[in-house]
Order: sequence, then structure tokens, then C-alpha cells
Amino acid sequence: MDTDTIAAISTPIGEGAIAIVRLSGPEAISLASDVFEGKNLKEVDSHTIHYGKVVDPVTGELAEEVMVSVMRAPKTFTREDIVEINCHGGLVSVNRVLEIMLAKGARLAEPGEFTKRAFLNGRIDLSQAEAVMDLIRAKTDKAMNVALKQMDGRLSKLIQTLRQELLETVAHVEVNIDYPEYDDVEEMTHTLMEEKTKEVGLELEKLLEVAAQGKILREGLATAIIGRPNVGKSSLMNTLVQENKAIVTEIPGTTRDIIEEYVNVRGVPLRLVDTAGIRETEDIVERIGVDRSRQVLKESDLILFVLNYNEALSDEDKKLFEAVQGLEYIVIINKTDLEQKLDLEEVKAFAEGKSVVTTSLIEEQGVDELEQAIANTFFSGEVDAGDLTYVSNVRHIQLLKQAKQALVDAREAIELGMPMDIVQIDVTRSWEFMGEIIGDTASDSLIDQLFSQFCLGK
Amino acid sequence: MTYNAGNYDVIVVGAGHAGVEAAYASARMGAKTLMLTLNLDMIAFMPCNPSIGGPAKGIVVREIDALGGIMGKIIDKSYIQMRMLNTGKGPAVQALRAQADKPVYMQEVKNLVENEKNLTVRQGMVNSLIVEDGICKGVITETKAAYYAKSVIVTTGTFMRGKVLMGDLEYESGPNNQRVSIKLSENLEELGFKLTRFKTGTPPRVNSHTIDYSKTEIQPGDENPKSFSYETTEVIEDQIPCWLTYTNEFTHQVINENLTLSAMYSGMKRGTGPRYCPSIEDKIVRFNDKPRHQIFLEPEGRNTEEVYVQGLSTSLPESVQHEMVKSVPGLENAEIMRAGYAIEYDAVVPTQLWPTLETKRLPGLFTAGQINGTSGYEEAAGQGLMAGMNAAAKVTGKEPIILDRSQAYIGVMIDDLVTKGTNEPYRLLTSRAEYRLLLRHDNADLRLTDIGYDYGLISEERYTAFTAKKEQVEAEKKRLNRIVVKPAEEVQNVMKAAGAVPMKEAVKAYDLLKRPELTYEHIEQMIEKGENISEDVKEQVAIQIKYEGYIKKAREQVARMLKMEDKKIPADIDYTAINGIATEAIEKLKKVRPLSVGQASRISGVNPADISILLVYIEQGNIARIAN
Repeated sequence: MDTDTIAAISTPIGEGAIAIVRLSGPEAISLASDVFEGKNLKEVDSHTIHYGKVVDPVTGELAEEVMVSVMRAPKTFTREDIVEINCHGGLVSVNRVLEIMLAKGARLAEPGEFTKRAFLNGRIDLSQAEAVMDLIRAKTDKAMNVALKQMDGRLSKLIQTLRQELLETVAHVEVNIDYPEYDDVEEMTHTLMEEKTKEVGLELEKLLEVAAQGKILREGLATAIIGRPNVGKSSLMNTLVQENKAIVTEIPGTTRDIIEEYVNVRGVPLRLVDTAGIRETEDIVERIGVDRSRQVLKESDLILFVLNYNEALSDEDKKLFEAVQGLEYIVIINKTDLEQKLDLEEVKAFAEGKSVVTTSLIEEQGVDELEQAIANTFFSGEVDAGDLTYVSNVRHIQLLKQAKQALVDAREAIELGMPMDIVQIDVTRSWEFMGEIIGDTASDSLIDQLFSQFCLGK
Repeated sequence: MTYNAGNYDVIVVGAGHAGVEAAYASARMGAKTLMLTLNLDMIAFMPCNPSIGGPAKGIVVREIDALGGIMGKIIDKSYIQMRMLNTGKGPAVQALRAQADKPVYMQEVKNLVENEKNLTVRQGMVNSLIVEDGICKGVITETKAAYYAKSVIVTTGTFMRGKVLMGDLEYESGPNNQRVSIKLSENLEELGFKLTRFKTGTPPRVNSHTIDYSKTEIQPGDENPKSFSYETTEVIEDQIPCWLTYTNEFTHQVINENLTLSAMYSGMKRGTGPRYCPSIEDKIVRFNDKPRHQIFLEPEGRNTEEVYVQGLSTSLPESVQHEMVKSVPGLENAEIMRAGYAIEYDAVVPTQLWPTLETKRLPGLFTAGQINGTSGYEEAAGQGLMAGMNAAAKVTGKEPIILDRSQAYIGVMIDDLVTKGTNEPYRLLTSRAEYRLLLRHDNADLRLTDIGYDYGLISEERYTAFTAKKEQVEAEKKRLNRIVVKPAEEVQNVMKAAGAVPMKEAVKAYDLLKRPELTYEHIEQMIEKGENISEDVKEQVAIQIKYEGYIKKAREQVARMLKMEDKKIPADIDYTAINGIATEAIEKLKKVRPLSVGQASRISGVNPADISILLVYIEQGNIARIAN
């Protein structure tokens, strides 16, 4: 019944060794084939699986190593053509593949949509309708909760500002159309429209750039654990991972030798980076004593700085304090099970008002306080990863891209000398896409804007 | 005791712009039709501005004409000025607007309906509806005449419990001091209909002899006037201009000083007025930083000196109106012939209607026009036509006709009304149409003539001409796609003259026409001329080719929308039996009772998840029904 092709990650997020992006719809095979380096998927037999690579169509870069299953209609779950792209487990790989598929023109599936299609196409027994309906409801509620959590106030405010700008522009065009003799506003010109679309387009681009840098929630805040040898960095890592269930291990490829652990601490997703090094007992001061180490720290959104309760503050510790100056960090004083040799007042003085937490990771003491400190740091807005860490899910990114593209289309129309009412079609689309991000799609707002902005009428 | 005054197929109550379209269409479809009006001399009266058309509205008039209605034909015979608006913009927003000769317009309509053989036109005040077994079977007039019919269409405009307001003067009245309809309003309430109270207003009219036009700017008609109707062959060359002047600080001072005397600002709770047609008081209160407002002086006809002062709609006392008028340049000595006033009236909450304009509560009863919460002659006429067609279709056993949002502005309007309702008098705007590129002035015939013909409202002769045009357009597009234009010198000269970048290589004429600088006429200079291609066909070909990409995109959106429109919902579905739909959505769905999943999705408060669940529920086939 539906003519479009939908895509979604169809394995539970963050669990398991593989993760799957599933596509369903008439374009499923051709879309996958377009970005797949390997056999020609359009020609392979149905219900076969193929090794190959997904290539980013924009950059031409190799994105992921994958296994792709091709299943042709009608003997599939949805009775449509289905492609399943098996990626490495975790978030990064599937997210990237999903984004590529969406960029190619697939539509992000609504909650429960695969099952809905399966049902509507007669694949699922009518008696299961109730179950399907429950599923849609449940998944939607859950998705909404997640979306609400991920939607940071700042993002929605920014989007609202951009939308308002577009809305005023569109209302201006509309008033020219519906009230051609109304002389209070000048005719919207191509130049002015070009400026407006450019302005908003640049803002959208900024948002997307931040998203592309990976400084986004879905990938977690880059978090470094630092401290001298034997202060308990590995214990801290293990504690956070065990307490919070590690959701990713081993990103293969160019980052093969770096292990990243993804943990979710009270709703704050952390990407614990460069942990391979931390696990070794090498001299961290030596390792980060130079400029390069500063760079590593700077790229972190959050630093967990571990000190030893059982030793006095050393020169190395003081150097580390220097290194993290001006960055976002939490001081963890570990090993409170041992005798106190560390001067807490001295630490606090160095810590410049940042959180200082005492723990005994061996005795599992102070973990709650640490987690709370992490959550507080994030939710109080102290962690500022480019200020835009919150462009949070694929759907938002997809909509931002569509909103931006619509403005690009508008500018193309301007260049072609299309009349303003045609240019305005794309501007309105951009406005609508942004509205979907913040859940405001009421079409009446344009008419409200029209009459509040201009004094119209006979 | 009532007496049986006759049996009809369709009865139309009211003979305004909705009523005459309804009655005429019904009669032409072969239904024996009766049209009742309070006053035979007031058929198709224009109580407000003397103009027809404009953005969106003008396209509605074209649509009415393409379906076989009368508004376009009549205005073509009775205008004093014709203008094509938005000519500097794209084809989707261009629209005709005519200044009407009000008395001539009325005469022409009266003449037309009087001579329609299936149509009886009679004067009479309808007091109540005849209802038997929950079905509307006819009407009873104040003279105790009982008329029976299979369908009744009520098009009473602003007459239901109408109240004229001017300063502290208020009295029950229809527009322009006509008799008010009280009993029918009460009867509808008794029958369980929910009514709402709206208001609108009109400005004073002044005597043309007392206007100093030298202080105003002339607003002439087009040199080559176009026609609304596809049947019109002759245009009226002799046009009368309108004139533009402005309010000023003195006008605003007069208004501000007397604001509390305005009927609408006196603190009394009043009906809701339209934002798009504000009174001058509203304009000054809401936009007090504007130093001036436009005033258009529009003649009301050739044989009258009355001039409509567009922009000064008001409910201020007559004494203040004199002062206000005299403050406007050009009107210093103007004599008011009729004062402006506001009018409040009852309207039916339109979500009580099916998209056919039949009421849900009372089968056999239709309502159309301003009674449904709209404003504007064109909006009324469009609804009247649809109600007339559907009422007659019901009688003659034809399928009901519902235009969708991609077919016509009329479809957009009716869908908005019955799906979303309206909390102010509804006016069509181009921005209400999401597929406005498809709903153009130029292609109204291509969109709707087939429907008009199917319903018997388009003559064979006209239909033949229409089919020929359609074929010519296709043939010419094909021809242009066959012809290759080489960059020869004379071709480059045309390009240069048009301000286009010279051609580098041979290109199909079809693709060349897509260049923004080039028109069909330019292409004609480069290639062999097509045979017998009318201006209409040229225009159509050029628009279809030039905007092909955008039109295609819009069509794809429409295809998606129509899929959802095709998912029908049984009228008696019991929404409360569906698990999973949100409570708010259930309430809305129960109220609107959408005919399709597509319509359901446009109800505010019904979310995509609710729609998904609804789809699945309908698909499983075992649908709970409301017990009758």
C-alpha cells in the first residue's frame, strides 16, 4: 500500500555483537545497491547474504564493513522488498549506515511501521491486529519519551527562532500574493529571499556540522579518565561499565587499536575513550605531559580525574590539574578504604570549584555520588560540547538535512529566476521539516502570522 | 394548519450566491427544484463589496465555471472593470478580479434562474423544516405552505437572527435592512444543531458626485480584459476605474476619540469577526503605529452614483462616520448615501456536515454558504454549487461528489470547514492550499470540466471544445519535444533579445522553453509554427513545461495524500471500541466522523500513531459499529 521505502535500526540499540539496519519498500534493494561495494544487489538471488562495504555517497569514503541480506517480495516479513544491513554492534556503525540510507531517500520508519506494513500487506494474521495496535502505541509512547528527553531546550529554542524567521518570510510572500494591492509591505525580492534562506541555511549547516563531528548525544560525551598509575582508573572504568552495562566494544577499522566503552550514566551517555591506554600501567604524566596530550584532553567533553586518597598530592597531580584547567572535569579521590594522606583542602583549592567526589571503588563506596556528579555536571548545562551536543537522534538529523536541502532548493529556484510563489514552496517545506523536529506542524500558524504581522483587509 | 404547496426533488432556501448556484445546478441535473427567497428583488444581491474574484477567490470562480456553475458567466456580462492580479508572479497565484455592476449582476442572475425549466422561483419565508423519521422531508413557510422534497438546502447567509449594529443602534435585520429569519434558526437549534455567532461589517457608500477624484490615484482595469467563464466570447471594453486614497492622522483621531461608541468596542460581548476583513476600528487599535490605511473607492454600478468606500468598514455611529469620511483626502465633501454597519448572525458549526455538505444529524438537509461559517460571495457560490450537485445526485441516484484538496480550492475550503471547523468567518487564501501549484486559474477547466460534464452541467458543445483543447495541449507538448533547435544565428538573436545566455548546443524546443527568460512566443520565433494553436493552448503548454519539475513534485505529494483518502472509514464506526487511540483523538474523531483515514489525519489532535492504529483496525475488518 505504501509506496515509499522505510528504514530503521531493527536491533535493540547498543546490545549484541551485530546491529541491523532494515529497509522495506519498493526502493529497498536499489537504495542499498547504490551505496554497496560488492556484488550487484539488484542481481543477486532472493534470500541471500553478501559481504561488502557501505560507501558514503557524498564523500565517497568507505563507511562500514557489512553483510547485506536481500529478500524480495512477497516472501518477506512485510511482503515488500527487504534489505537488512548487518553492521558491527553498537551505535556508531548502524547509525552511520542508517544516515546514509536516509540521505539516499529512504524514510525513517515510524514506530512499529514494519509490523504495520506486515499486517496491512496481509502477512500477519488478522487476529493479531490488536497486538499490532498495542505495539504501535507502546513504541510511539516510548519513542516520544526518548524524543522528549533528547530534545534539549536550547535546540528547540534555536529551531523555533529559525522557524519564526522563515515564517515571517513566507508570510511576507503570502501577503504579496493574497493582497497584491496592499502597499504597506514591499514586494519580497529575490535578493531578500536569498539572504533569508542563506542565513537560516547557514545556521542549519552549523547544527549539522556539530552533529557530523560526532559531538552528539547519541554517540555520547567523549570522556577521558586520567590520573597517575595505580590510582584506580581501570577500576573506575570497570565500575562504570559494570554498573551501567557497557553498550559497545571494539570499533573496528581505523580505530582498531582504540577501545571505546559506551555507558549510560543516569541518562547521560558517555563515550569512555582511549581506555586501552588507561588500562595499561604506563606513566600517564609522561604520556600527556606534552602538547599532544593537551589535545586529547581538549577533545574530551568531560574528564574524570582520579587521585589517590592514600598519597599526598604530587607534582604530577599538579601538572594534571594544570592540564585540565578550563576544561570540564570531576575530581575523584579514590581508595578511601586506605589511610588518608591526601590533603582534601589542597585538592579543593586546585579544583576551582569543580565537583570533588570521594570513592572506594574496591569497596563500591561513593559510586552513587560519582554518578550523580556526572549527571549534575551534564544536566546543569556545564558540559558544553560545542554547545550543541543535543542534536540527538537520527530523526532530528535527517529532518535538519531535509530542512537544509529545501533551502538549497529554494536558492536554486531563485537562481533560475523562478517566481517568488514557487521559491516559497521550498521555504515552506523547510519550515515544515523543522516543525517536525519540535513537533509543531500546525498549518494554521502561517495564517495567524499573516494577520498578526500585517494589517490586512477591506 | 399548513397546506400542501407542492412536491419537489430539491428545495433551496435562500437565493444569494450559494442559493442560486445550488438551485441552478440541481435543476440542470434534472431534479425538480424549488428556490425560496425572502425577497424576489434581492436574488444574488451583493451586500458588501462590489467585486468578485481576487487571489484564491478568482480561481474559485473559474472552478465554479468549469463545473458548470453560473457566477463566472454572470460576472463576465456585468463587470465594470476587470483586472488580472499577480501578473508579475507565478501562474499558480494569478487570479482575475472584477468590479461588478451590482444591479446588473442581480438582474442577470434573476433572469437566468427564472428561465430555467426545472426550477421554480418563489418568494417566501421558511420557518421550519419538515422532519419525519429523522429525515428532512421539506419546509414550512410563514404562510403555512408545506413544500415536500427529498433534499433541502439551506443557504440563508447572514439572515439567521441577523442583527445590525451601528453605534448604540441595534436592530434585528438581514443585510441592508431586509427581513430577518428568526424561526428557522430556532428550529435548527430545536433539531439539535449547534450554532455559533459570527459577525461581519460593511463600510459607508458615498455619492460619486461629491468625491474630489483629483486627490486620489486612479486604478484602471486591464487594457485587454480576460474572462472568468470558459464560455464567454466577448469582453466588455468600456471599463470604469476605481480610485485609491488613504486615511490619515485625523481619521485615526476621530476613530480613537469615538472608539467607545463603536458597536464592536462598546464592551458588549459580540460575535467573532474575521481577521482578514477588519473594521477600520480594528485596524487602528491593532496596528496603531500605521500612519495611514488604504481606501479604495469602488463604483457600485454604471447606473448608480453610489461608491463603496472599501477600507472603512465600521460599526461607529452615523455621526462619527460623517466625520471619519470627511477626514479622508478626496472625501472632504463626500455625502454618505448609506452608512456602514456591522452585522451579527447565526452560523452552523460546520463540523456537523459531511464533505458533501449534507448534515450528519439530519439526512436530506444540506447547508451551504455563509451559514456554514464562511464569508465571501465566491466561497458561498462554490459551496452552493457542491450542495446543489450533491442534493440532486442524492435524488437522481448519482454518486455524491466530493472534491479533494488537490482538485480545487472548493475542495480545500469544504475539507477545512468540515474537518477543522472555523472559529471566525472563513475566507479562502492561497496559503490554505497545500497544492496551490496544481490549483491554478489557467487549468481550472482541465481539473474540473470532466466532472461538470458527468453531472450534466456542461453542454456537449462546450465539452467538445474542451476535449479538443486538451488534445491540442498534449499534441503541442509532444511536438515541442520532437523539435530540436540548433544554435543558428537567428535563434541566437532571439535568445539575445530575450536576455538569455546564448545556446551552446542543439536543444529540444521543449527544454528550451524551460529557460526562465524564454516564453512560448520566443520559441515560436525559432521553430516552425504549430497549426491553429490558440492563446489558451500556448499558455497551458508553456506553464506545464516551465514548471514541470515542481508540478511533478506536487503530484507525488498528492499521490501519497490520495492513498490515505482511499482508505474509507465506515460512517458508523465506534471509535471507543478501538484500543490504543488516544482519548483526545477519540473525542475528535467521534465529533468529525471523517470519511477516510486521510481526512482523519487532518483533524488537529489526531496523531500519526492514532492514524496507524486506525489503519490497522480498519484493515482487520471486524469493525465495531455504533448501535443506531
